[in-house]
Amino acid sequence: MADVFDRVKEIIVDKLDVEESKVTMEASFKDDLEADSLDVVELVMELEDEFDMEIADEEAEKINTVGDAVNYIKNLQG
Amino acid sequence: MLTGKTAIVTGGSRGIGKAIAIELAKNGANVVVNYAGNEARAQEVVEEIIGLGVQAIKVQADVANEAQVKELMQTTIDTFGSIDILVNNAGITRDNLLMRMKETEFDQVINTNLKGVFICTKAVTRQMMKQRSGRIINVASIVGVSGNPGQANYVAAKAGVIGLTKTTAKELASRNIIVNAVAPGFISTDMTDELTDEQKSGMLELIPLARFGQPEDVAKVIRFLASDDASYITGQTIHIDGGMVM
Repeated sequence: MADVFDRVKEIIVDKLDVEESKVTMEASFKDDLEADSLDVVELVMELEDEFDMEIADEEAEKINTVGDAVNYIKNLQG
Repeated sequence: MLTGKTAIVTGGSRGIGKAIAIELAKNGANVVVNYAGNEARAQEVVEEIIGLGVQAIKVQADVANEAQVKELMQTTIDTFGSIDILVNNAGITRDNLLMRMKETEFDQVINTNLKGVFICTKAVTRQMMKQRSGRIINVASIVGVSGNPGQANYVAAKAGVIGLTKTTAKELASRNIIVNAVAPGFISTDMTDELTDEQKSGMLELIPLARFGQPEDVAKVIRFLASDDASYITGQTIHIDGGMVM
């Protein structure tokens, strides 16, 4: 199974139509990847489907960077 | 035509909702008839729709209950594979003069008629965003525009639905989800049969077309709003009231 970061990256590249090189752990969805708030909601939905988990709204609101998303998923996977 | 599309009609077992469910089915849509309590009447609508040569199922759910609404959406996706059209039609009345209206009467109507639209819209949006297409049509009421004595709760809810329609339309337009409302005037249904003859004749004087509407008058406009012909209309409230409020 691919690394969590790689799987997250693939979804981001597909959904936000950005270059792979821009998707780093530090990249902010809104500032670096030009996502609007609805894009982020949509990304979270995709991540939920990809990783078969539910991300609560209050947790989803804290996801600002690619690293936030990756770490959140890793923590849930234990 | 709506051939192959899937539509959910909340409160689809009677009145305007039943007419909407049947009208969409006549135009080729498969229909999920949502109902709150009357299973037998929902079943009758389902059978009538199947008789038209399309598919239909009934699903019980209280639109103000998020868990039940999620089930409604999931059952629809499991059965038909998509949700193309949501008609938020379910509604109740608890009429009373403002000075006599109990807090529970206010809350019940706001819960079903306004919060129910919010919950159903939120739940369906997930699927429609993935599809990159969808139609949401909210059944408001002309009294939500004009006000009406004895219906503070109902009017507040319906005015709220019109505002919710506009915001939802703006938020979801970029995902090709089109959201509109209809505002029926005096339509002959069980709900309006409860009015006295005096009330009815008083209302007739206010209607330029000088007749009450039929559920089909509303259903046909909704069929239009659900169709490809309406793809450049969003955030609007279409009055279907014989010209009562302009």
